[in-house]
Amino acid sequence: MLVTLSTTHVPATDLGFLLHKNPARAQQVEVSTGTAHVFYPEADEHRCTVALLLEVDPIGLVRSARAGSAEGAALAQYVNDRPYAASSLLAVALGKAFASARRGVSRERPALVDVALPLEVHVPALSCRGGVDVAHRFLAPLGWRVEATAVPLDETFPEWGDSRYVDLRLTGELRLADALNHLYVALPVLDDARHHWIGTDEIDKLLRAGSGWLATHPDRDLITRRYLGHRTALARRAIERLAEVDDAAPEALDDATAPPVAAAGGPRTAEHEEDAGRPVPLALQRHGAVLAALRSAGAQRVVDLGCGAGAFLQALLAESAFTEVVGVDVSARALEVAARRLRLDRLPERQRARIRLLQSGLTYTDARLRGYDAAVLMEVVEHLDPDRLPALEHAVFGAAAPTTVVVTTPNVEYNVRFEGLAAGAFRHRDHRFEWTRQEFAGWAAAVGERHGYAVRLLGVGDDDPEVGTPTQLAVFTRRAAEVAA
Amino acid sequence: MTAGPRTVVVPELSLVVLIGVSGSGKSTFARRHFAPTQVLSSDSCRGLVADDENDQSATPAAFALLHHIAGIRLRGGRLTVVDATNVKAEDRASLVRLAREHDVLPVAIVLDVPESECLARNALRPDRDLAPGVIRRQRADLRRGLRGLGREGFRKVHVLDGTEEIERAVVTYEKQYNDRREDTGPFDVVGDVHGCRAELEELLGALGYDLRRDEQGRAVDADHPAGRRAVFVGDLVDRGPDSPGVLRLVMGMVAAGHALCVPGNHEDKLVRALRGRNVQVTHGLERTLAQLEAEDEGFRREVEAFCSGLVSHYVLDGGALVVAHAGLEESLQGRSSARVRDFALYGETTGETDEFGLPVRHPWATRYHGRATVLYGHTPVPTPEWVNNTLCLDTGCVFGGRLTALRYPERELVGVAARQVYYEPARPFPPAGEAAPLTEARRRDDVLDVEDVLGKRVVETRLAGRVTVREENAAAAIEVMSRFAVAPEQLLHLPPTMSPSATSTRPGLLEHPAEAFAYYRTEGVAEVVCQEKHMGSRAVALVRRDGSGVLHTRTGRSCFGPGLTAAFLARLGDAVDGAGLFAELGTDWVLLDAELLPWSAKAGDLIRSQYAAVGAAARTALPAAVSALEQAAARGLEVADLLDRQRRRTADAEGFTGVYRRYCWPTDGLTGVALAPFQLLATAGTTHADRPHAWHLALADRLAEADPELVRGTRWLPVDVTDPASEAGATAWWEEMTATGGEGMVVKPAGNLTRGRRGVVQPGLKVRGREYLRLVYGPDYTEPQHLERLRERSLGRKRGLALREYALGLEGLERLARGEPLWRVHECVFAVLALESEPVDPRL
Repeated sequence: MLVTLSTTHVPATDLGFLLHKNPARAQQVEVSTGTAHVFYPEADEHRCTVALLLEVDPIGLVRSARAGSAEGAALAQYVNDRPYAASSLLAVALGKAFASARRGVSRERPALVDVALPLEVHVPALSCRGGVDVAHRFLAPLGWRVEATAVPLDETFPEWGDSRYVDLRLTGELRLADALNHLYVALPVLDDARHHWIGTDEIDKLLRAGSGWLATHPDRDLITRRYLGHRTALARRAIERLAEVDDAAPEALDDATAPPVAAAGGPRTAEHEEDAGRPVPLALQRHGAVLAALRSAGAQRVVDLGCGAGAFLQALLAESAFTEVVGVDVSARALEVAARRLRLDRLPERQRARIRLLQSGLTYTDARLRGYDAAVLMEVVEHLDPDRLPALEHAVFGAAAPTTVVVTTPNVEYNVRFEGLAAGAFRHRDHRFEWTRQEFAGWAAAVGERHGYAVRLLGVGDDDPEVGTPTQLAVFTRRAAEVAA
Repeated sequence: MTAGPRTVVVPELSLVVLIGVSGSGKSTFARRHFAPTQVLSSDSCRGLVADDENDQSATPAAFALLHHIAGIRLRGGRLTVVDATNVKAEDRASLVRLAREHDVLPVAIVLDVPESECLARNALRPDRDLAPGVIRRQRADLRRGLRGLGREGFRKVHVLDGTEEIERAVVTYEKQYNDRREDTGPFDVVGDVHGCRAELEELLGALGYDLRRDEQGRAVDADHPAGRRAVFVGDLVDRGPDSPGVLRLVMGMVAAGHALCVPGNHEDKLVRALRGRNVQVTHGLERTLAQLEAEDEGFRREVEAFCSGLVSHYVLDGGALVVAHAGLEESLQGRSSARVRDFALYGETTGETDEFGLPVRHPWATRYHGRATVLYGHTPVPTPEWVNNTLCLDTGCVFGGRLTALRYPERELVGVAARQVYYEPARPFPPAGEAAPLTEARRRDDVLDVEDVLGKRVVETRLAGRVTVREENAAAAIEVMSRFAVAPEQLLHLPPTMSPSATSTRPGLLEHPAEAFAYYRTEGVAEVVCQEKHMGSRAVALVRRDGSGVLHTRTGRSCFGPGLTAAFLARLGDAVDGAGLFAELGTDWVLLDAELLPWSAKAGDLIRSQYAAVGAAARTALPAAVSALEQAAARGLEVADLLDRQRRRTADAEGFTGVYRRYCWPTDGLTGVALAPFQLLATAGTTHADRPHAWHLALADRLAEADPELVRGTRWLPVDVTDPASEAGATAWWEEMTATGGEGMVVKPAGNLTRGRRGVVQPGLKVRGREYLRLVYGPDYTEPQHLERLRERSLGRKRGLALREYALGLEGLERLARGEPLWRVHECVFAVLALESEPVDPRL
């Protein structure tokens, strides 16, 4: 991976004094990920260019990250763009090779340190999540003229479009130290990948490199978040490996806590709506409606099937009438998130005794779920392939057989009312189907008939005269004879 | 005076309760006659909970612990001895309860030693400081309880009177009556006869038995020339026209050792009636009693003795077969208690009655998860249907249905039709052949329970014994299985992972065919086949004759959406049909292991986000570096080595890109999509793992002929690994294929499933090409400094995993072929998925 920096300041070779690197020699700096080479492709009175070339040791990279063990790493850790694309690794090399220059220290040319010099920066393959626009957005406010060209993925397959790499050229008149610090922060932030080197001192590093400009940058929060990187939960690794077996991206199998497509865009889009002035998010309206149904049924011991990250569990716990609350999800990761969110490890003993989290698949019967007052299936059934519904039906209504079952699911008819939801699209990318009111009513009636439950249908959210409410809700109550049995 | 040994008989599975005052020598007795692990002593439990064996304040906790351990041991079917004074009735009562809860027999052994002796022994033990009255009180308690031990529920009571008798004691074990595991058959298990003697004679004839008759022409025995034996599931009597005739025949067979018989509820009731008890003479008992009136008193007494002597159920064939009249849950099999007998004779009833006034029975079979096959009768069904490895053989002969037998172990049904309706059933009985209503049991055969998959699992496989699945792997697998995989009833197999050949030491290479050949040679396998490895996505296709089925990936996800899948399967089904395979293999479905092409069809996202991206970054960054270095070199800087390296890396990046490009081509619907099958995994009722690969590959060629556009054959070469010329030919073939980026080949034992020096050999080893491996080890892995380090790869874990997954995969297919319930097949499929999440170097 390569970055070059040129100046047309006269004499241009002063660049060597500012960088503490002699233009007449090629030099090497060892960094943890490989060797950084510093050399000058051109160096004369009018133009001087320094090149920093980091030769990454791809095998050492993996070994150092995994403490010598190849077991358990994902294939992407072996075949990846790190040896080629400019990213955090290059930033580290840059930081080390030009450490004094970045601090604005020059023994030979102290006066030049604070002078804005005519500079050109070239990063031929910059890893840049979000493409050309993000590069502009980040760098232009810092005083650079930005020229960014997207690199195509593969010219043999033009239909594949552009890669995430950008051929970046920056020109501007800046202090050299500022330019270096901009790059030091820009490379990891634009890359936005998981760095293996995130440590506790990263915040300090960011504050030092960003002093004087980060605080006023319009995208400060984004930069901070990206710089501090993403942590990989250990729990995720097993699923990553399964994705790999399948030649699929980890996200394809690991989206248990992904937000709905329609909710991503802000309060005016699908999962939110406005009534007269004060919007109540649909998710909260659903919570309210389900709680009402549970209270009306007099339920005390409640199972939330498909509890996900536990938003509704929180609502259940808040009400002492629910003496026992069980959160069930198929995703171990979702349950971890729920446990954190509910602060299970810090709950007082009596509260802690009220709640349990269990991993289970809803298409499998589970003896642990038998005999509860009520079960909630909130926005769950639509995540199952239709041919799995009979198995879910048997597991919930036949085997677990609580006195009351509350089911909510989207009303697909209402989708036309959501701005920003493409026609025919579902509300969540994992939805396998979304039902019309008639389809839901038909399913609910048939289930009630087969398992001896009476069914009441309700709507949740704004009731549109034409397309009904955005969410539909069914309350199933076991018929008396069945209860006696 | 010397007396012989004093025999103390103990059932093999029982809870032995030692009873004796402090100092009576219980611990010594226990040590002498039982294994240390069988003995639970209250003293040592006190020690465990309170660090002091004599701390009486710890007694409640110590007994809680003792009961807990005893419970676990009894659940596991292990003889357990309780070493405590047990002189109080209430202490003994809790132990009797414990034994009953686990359906084992409680046995009492009393050590009755004079008080003086006990006092003397206690005096010798400095750690024990008993108040003087304690022993006297204990002895008083003991003597009070001695007579009532039988009433308390102990099935055997041994009182050893005095030190001398205790010294002479010898413990001998007694087998459970129901334990006939050593009896391996073969058997013909006969359903409820209910007095239908003519049909029984006909059925025995059909099964190949020769009937023997007495001078009056009455059948009194039947034997089979091949030594087969009949097993009657009970309900020989009542309702039918000739219960005495049936009894005479069956009693004769049992007496002659030609048959076994378990009692039904009707025999139970008959015994009580014959003994003059007050029973309701209904449900056909009136007929039996009337018929028996015509017999002489001696016969009636024989009948009573026979029926009352029947053992509730039998465990046969090494534990693989259980016969009980109304079936038997796994936890009760081989146990002895009133509950076992009630279940075996009457089944589990819910206490309710249905609209015909008959008891509603708990469908125990739908929840049955035991390892043993259970054969039973009791509830008439129109046709016997396997439910969770259980089969009801009562086909309502007396109601005008059929009398049915199952040949075991062949599992073939043999039946004869009833000659008439002898008795009108309370509930209408559908005649055989008429579409049976889908019973609750039948429908529930496909229910899976979370206990089948979650937590730490151990799956028994024929090939590799017990395979363990770790809890965290199961946790990951259940999510993928529940949310993304096709429905379990369609997901019959997941392909096992495959190991590469051992690492080559040849310059510039990580893998080479020589190591694969050497492996098989060392394992004693001479003939192997080399199969071209298609670089696509591994896929399993289940195709039914009607064109339905699934096409799924290595994690069970459907390869295509519903529309394209249907179109694909319809075409593939036509190809299978066109090649004549359905007819030839006598099947309605085939399960194929295959590669789906092109790679880009399914892995397009991954190719773009990973491989193409790496190529794009490399092919952009490296030329820029080369050009900067060229400028620097022109200025006279010492960068020649660095420049040379960057030039080589540029070429490597081009090579890398060239490799994945080979496996990408555009598809539109099915156009451009191809399937390369290489193994027929299973068809109805059978697996094909023991057929040579040549057979499988020839089938694949026939499919390719039937639909050349959709199906691709696989090129292959037979190789004799003891013939260097043969090896050289295959090596040249591999070199030619891989030089241009071909993935490589798989070397397999020619005979398919093969055993070697230490069990099953690897079912295949992949030998991947030098260029192809750039996709796996990185574009410039061929640089010598990289290659040297990459050679230190260790294959042990991968090899072990490959074998375990192979064993699981085949186990699942074999269970499928045997018609076992869904959960038994799913257990294997799930385990493969879970093992796939094991951390193993993904580059192997």
